[in-house]
Amino acid sequence: MQAFATVGRPDVILAMIAGAAGGVTIGAIPGVGPPVAIAILLPATFGMDPIVGLTLLLGIYGSSLYGGAIPAILLNTPGTAVNAMTTYDGWPLTQRGEAPRALGLAYGASFAGGMIAILALAVFAPVLARVAPMFGSREIFLAACLGMVMVVVVHRGRSLAAGALLFFGVFLATVGYEPVRYTARYTFGQSWLSSGVDLIVVVLGLFAIAQALDLLAGRDEAAARPKVEGSILAGVAETLRHGRVAATGSGYGVAMGIIPGVGEFMAQFLSYATARGLSRSPDRFGKGAPEGIVASESANNSVPPAALVPLLALGIPGEELTAMMLSVFYVHNVIPGPALFQTKMDFVYALYLTLAVMNVAALAFVIAFTRPMLRLIAVPTRFLGMGILALSFVGVYSIRNSVTDCAVAAAFGFLGFLLKRLDLPAVPVILGMVLGRIAEEKFRTSLPRIKTPWDWIDRPVAQAIFAAIVLVIGLHLWTLWRDFRRTA
Amino acid sequence: MMTDRLDEALHPPHRPAEIVFAVASFAIAVVLALRWGAETTWVAGQPLRRQPGLWPAVAIGGMLAFGTAELLACVGRLRRQGTRGLPAEIAGWMRAVEYLGWFMAYVWLVPLAGYLPATVAFCLLLTARLGYRGGWLWAAAATGAAIVVLFKAILAVRIPGGAAYELFPPAVRNFLVFYL
Repeated sequence: MQAFATVGRPDVILAMIAGAAGGVTIGAIPGVGPPVAIAILLPATFGMDPIVGLTLLLGIYGSSLYGGAIPAILLNTPGTAVNAMTTYDGWPLTQRGEAPRALGLAYGASFAGGMIAILALAVFAPVLARVAPMFGSREIFLAACLGMVMVVVVHRGRSLAAGALLFFGVFLATVGYEPVRYTARYTFGQSWLSSGVDLIVVVLGLFAIAQALDLLAGRDEAAARPKVEGSILAGVAETLRHGRVAATGSGYGVAMGIIPGVGEFMAQFLSYATARGLSRSPDRFGKGAPEGIVASESANNSVPPAALVPLLALGIPGEELTAMMLSVFYVHNVIPGPALFQTKMDFVYALYLTLAVMNVAALAFVIAFTRPMLRLIAVPTRFLGMGILALSFVGVYSIRNSVTDCAVAAAFGFLGFLLKRLDLPAVPVILGMVLGRIAEEKFRTSLPRIKTPWDWIDRPVAQAIFAAIVLVIGLHLWTLWRDFRRTA
Repeated sequence: MMTDRLDEALHPPHRPAEIVFAVASFAIAVVLALRWGAETTWVAGQPLRRQPGLWPAVAIGGMLAFGTAELLACVGRLRRQGTRGLPAEIAGWMRAVEYLGWFMAYVWLVPLAGYLPATVAFCLLLTARLGYRGGWLWAAAATGAAIVVLFKAILAVRIPGGAAYELFPPAVRNFLVFYL
């Protein structure tokens, strides 16, 4: 009941509306995306109540995928990277003059995916509450290690660079005075490095400033304003006819969201491949099959609620956006982890309830405002870059009014820009910083109980996580060996 | 065709300029490894697992291992595919340096001119530099003003008043410091 009271608070309702509207709008603008928006807004939420700040950021995270479908379908340009597969069938439908139908299918599938995922998690929450206490320091250390392994493994074709970047992030987390003996580590005699490298500064550099530089250094891609004539609601209703595809996609989204480091792209890829594989007419896929849109959108929109599971239950973020949200928890002294499910179950339920209401708000907003939002799509990309650069300043400077922070963010911005140009991932740096910090802390707190190496895995949950680590590394090596033999 | 698109989305082709990243990340790892003794403290009488330098060593070890493998892989690819497009790509990177200069100039200007004047000036001048004219300049000024009002006046983020605000009478100065 307390969860309902929390969600009914005026500030939470306001945050839900702002998050849903802001997320849909940001998602609809190609070149901005939720990481940029969340990174910029993050410092502004530090002054808010935890549930209000998280509601705003979660709203942007979840709702942006609704908006991302608009340019994917109308312009063949995904608004967010994870809407890429929506272009495969959305754009052909637009070319056939069925844009409203395609948009309706995308919105309906996104809504179904989000709601199924939230429902699954709400049902699953009592189980999590029973399992979470089985995670002690050793288990969380091993889970952080599993997260790091997954970050490397999922960047197939880029694993070596992802590994180097991940460990660079782990290194960044060690800079400054360490918390046990207060000795300096890699401060190079610089006082500004004593307190370490701030995660938010790195996030803003790698995502917001890098994105601004990428847009500014590129060419203008001002699209002609597309037209949407006809009923979107009919498309939303048509989603019901593809309930099995939506349910499968949501299942993939929940599973991929829970596993750290995997995320939306893999979920929609598997969902799309399954829908195509099970279809009686797979040839239609890529040429305007409604099931293709439903598979892609239901999968990617069910990931955000599921990604909260490792974050809330273990304090381990699975990707960059939940890593950013972790800092909101820390700022408000709400420490995610096993104790949260035992002591603050109302908070967890309030968060899920907020997500559910926000899904409804996002659906209503996107149906009502798709046509006005088409103006934003036509904004030239370099003008957007200018705006993002101006917004990046407020994000960095408002943390502690430090010019040094701005210079550090600018340096990481350049690094992020280079990584973008090279098609290399920036996410491992962020996850390395977060997971590295967690791993070191839990490693140290585990030490008093460790006499032999076997003590690390003397409990069932630790054994299961260790087995998962060995299995994932083994499978990855086997895949690499198979690919090598194929090409040799 | 469908399979090609999926494959390209999952595994985009490697770029020749990746060698710059590989060399830089390997060199940084080597420098950090050489500085390990000087930049961490060895606590006497404690095993390695309790040393403050353990985790930096783990991180740098990982950087070295993956960095070496990435470097070898990049060299191998360059031998097979050549260095075509490498200079053009690096020249493209340099274009971003100018905009970093704009950003740092904006950072320098805010404490002097104040958040509102600096933001409006930054948006206007950068928009003009990008080649936009007419209505886009008005849009840039409005964007700058909207950012200031949203973040400082409404969301109350902490950005101190500019030195130039001292020139105004106390009542106006207080308003400017709090809201603009």
